[in-house]
Amino acid sequence: MASITTQPEVPKPLIDNTGDDPTCRAPLVLGDNDFTSITDKVTSIAAGRPPISWWIAFGAALSLLSFLGALIGYLVTTGVGVWGNNQPVSWGFPIVNFVFWVGIGHAGTLISAVLFLFRQNWRTAINRFAEAMTIFAVMCAGLFPGIHIGRPWLAFWLAPIPNQMGMWPQFRSPLLWDVFAVGTYATVSLLFWYVGMIPDLATFRDRCKNKYGQFAYGLFSLGWTGSSRHWHRYEKAYLLLAALATPLVLSVHSVVSFDFAVAQLPGWHTTIFPPYFVAGAIYGGFAMVITLAVPARAMLNLKDIITDRHIENCCKVMLGTGMIVAYAYSIEFFIAWYSGQHYEQAAFLNRALGPYAWAYYTMIFCNIIGPQILWFKWCRRNVFTIMFAAMCVNVGMWFERFVIVITSLHRDFLPSSWALFTPTWVDIGMLVGSFGLFFTFFLLFCKFLPVIAMAEIKTVMPQAHDIVHEPGEPHNPDEHQADYRPDRPITETEGH
Amino acid sequence: MAQVLDSPDISTASDAPAKLHGIIAEFETVNDIMRAAKKTRDEGFKRWDVHSPFPIHGIDAAIGIRPTILPWIVLACGLTGTMVGLMLVLGTMATDFDVPGLPGAVAPIRGYKFLISGKPFNSLPAFIPVIFETTILLSAFGAVFGMLIMNRLPKLANPLLKSVNFRRSTADRFFIEVEARDRRFDKDKTAEFLKGLGAVSVELIED
Repeated sequence: MASITTQPEVPKPLIDNTGDDPTCRAPLVLGDNDFTSITDKVTSIAAGRPPISWWIAFGAALSLLSFLGALIGYLVTTGVGVWGNNQPVSWGFPIVNFVFWVGIGHAGTLISAVLFLFRQNWRTAINRFAEAMTIFAVMCAGLFPGIHIGRPWLAFWLAPIPNQMGMWPQFRSPLLWDVFAVGTYATVSLLFWYVGMIPDLATFRDRCKNKYGQFAYGLFSLGWTGSSRHWHRYEKAYLLLAALATPLVLSVHSVVSFDFAVAQLPGWHTTIFPPYFVAGAIYGGFAMVITLAVPARAMLNLKDIITDRHIENCCKVMLGTGMIVAYAYSIEFFIAWYSGQHYEQAAFLNRALGPYAWAYYTMIFCNIIGPQILWFKWCRRNVFTIMFAAMCVNVGMWFERFVIVITSLHRDFLPSSWALFTPTWVDIGMLVGSFGLFFTFFLLFCKFLPVIAMAEIKTVMPQAHDIVHEPGEPHNPDEHQADYRPDRPITETEGH
Repeated sequence: MAQVLDSPDISTASDAPAKLHGIIAEFETVNDIMRAAKKTRDEGFKRWDVHSPFPIHGIDAAIGIRPTILPWIVLACGLTGTMVGLMLVLGTMATDFDVPGLPGAVAPIRGYKFLISGKPFNSLPAFIPVIFETTILLSAFGAVFGMLIMNRLPKLANPLLKSVNFRRSTADRFFIEVEARDRRFDKDKTAEFLKGLGAVSVELIED
């Protein structure tokens, strides 16, 4: 009885915004935040010295990156024989890693472009670092085909440069389409990321105390002052970039899948590949977003901005695309049986029962069985179950590409040319090293650049729409769209 | 050389009359700035602007900003990209006549007709991905660089950035800026007018 009156002052709990009541909009920013506190939170990450955990992570990532650099030096000076690639498995780990990384690179632009067009306002909290993740994943992806061509110093032959030999790239080849698709994707993603960051870099410029920081942020914010005339064109440019990036993001992994689907090889030559690859890319990309967001929101103290609801939404996207992937796996087997084509049937039976069956069942468990826990709401809210599902998908999606590349190649049409593929230490070292490349850049981004799109977050806060109408005021429907209240706050009693 | 005005009739402190750039007035909330912007618009000012940390919904009408022509620029860039892609693939894959190279080039540029499985040289379906990508690439360049050029950015020297107060325009405050070159601008009257709109501070900005 006494405990009722003598309860200690507890800090005000976060409002639970994971409810599914359609009659009230869940707030997108929790806690007692206003424009000032959001600015302070995000700018304080870049100001001051990074925590010791950042230095440890950065040191580890940088070591792996140096290891990757050393291995590339070894490869270039020695030759591609340092890899396990052989005949018939001429596409070994490099292409597996390429497809893996370029797939991860799809979530960022999906979040920034597709969710923007669909007016999914929750994207504002995670779009900036998902876009950063995209850029760094595409860098990792671009590395592998570059060193896989055998003579990397001639990589410029991929581009249509007039030359004294009168030779051109073969524009009918899916591998050349890939050069254009991935190159365009990297460029447009970089522009999208940078344009979105200009207003936030201006905030950093105006908050920075350090002379060098002021100069650098001042240079890259291009003199942005938040003029409404500028905002008007800026928003139009952003919308147009989103509209351009949406077909682009769908085209890139379709083109990557053409590398396989256009080849006349059982296991690759299927029409389902483009949509199946795109769904798989989004699946793997969202898994990586979750892998990065869950620790980052805790370490950087951003739980008010990247809320439980954001993580739960990512889980739902992952679950949905995972079901598409599961459907694709089963329909591949169905079509192999239905085609009556015995090479096709042999290729798929070999996947499930052949020497690489362990890889196939790892993929099935990690991509189809493991993430099914996300059907339960408490699993979408518990950090351990979320991370388990995301890690399953990270591993599973790498194995998916391993299964597609290796099992389809290792048994050629003639049994006399069959051979197994075994990765060498260089293969494995380069896969691990590519994570070093990815995390080095990601950690530098976390330290020096605005991790959260502050300007966008502010537009989805209730204060940004707090416009009072006075009676008798002439009504202009263009000026006040009453239905544009993306984040009407719910009271604590209304909440769940 | 910014200076905060406590009362609107204060003149600048320096003896040498610096060239006046304009006046900025600071507001605290979206509601205040919207109301003030409409009144400034109705007062007849033309060379003025609202600076805010994020795009305010409905501010275009409150200022009277006309829609931008940016989409047309992007369309033009996109069509250029389609033509560039088409000429690239057809020129290199389906023709073999000489095109003079740039001045100083050792040889003319010439296409190379590959004959692959008896397929036509102009195999358009296989060229679509490349043409699509060049279209998107040039459209994106048009959107980004068109926006920056029309906004006169980069502009690294701006008298507004000298004001310490104005730094909050990228964080949590809203500013109306009336430029001195506006025909209706009068240092004292305009400052008085902006104070009357409920500004929390009014400041002269010098070049």
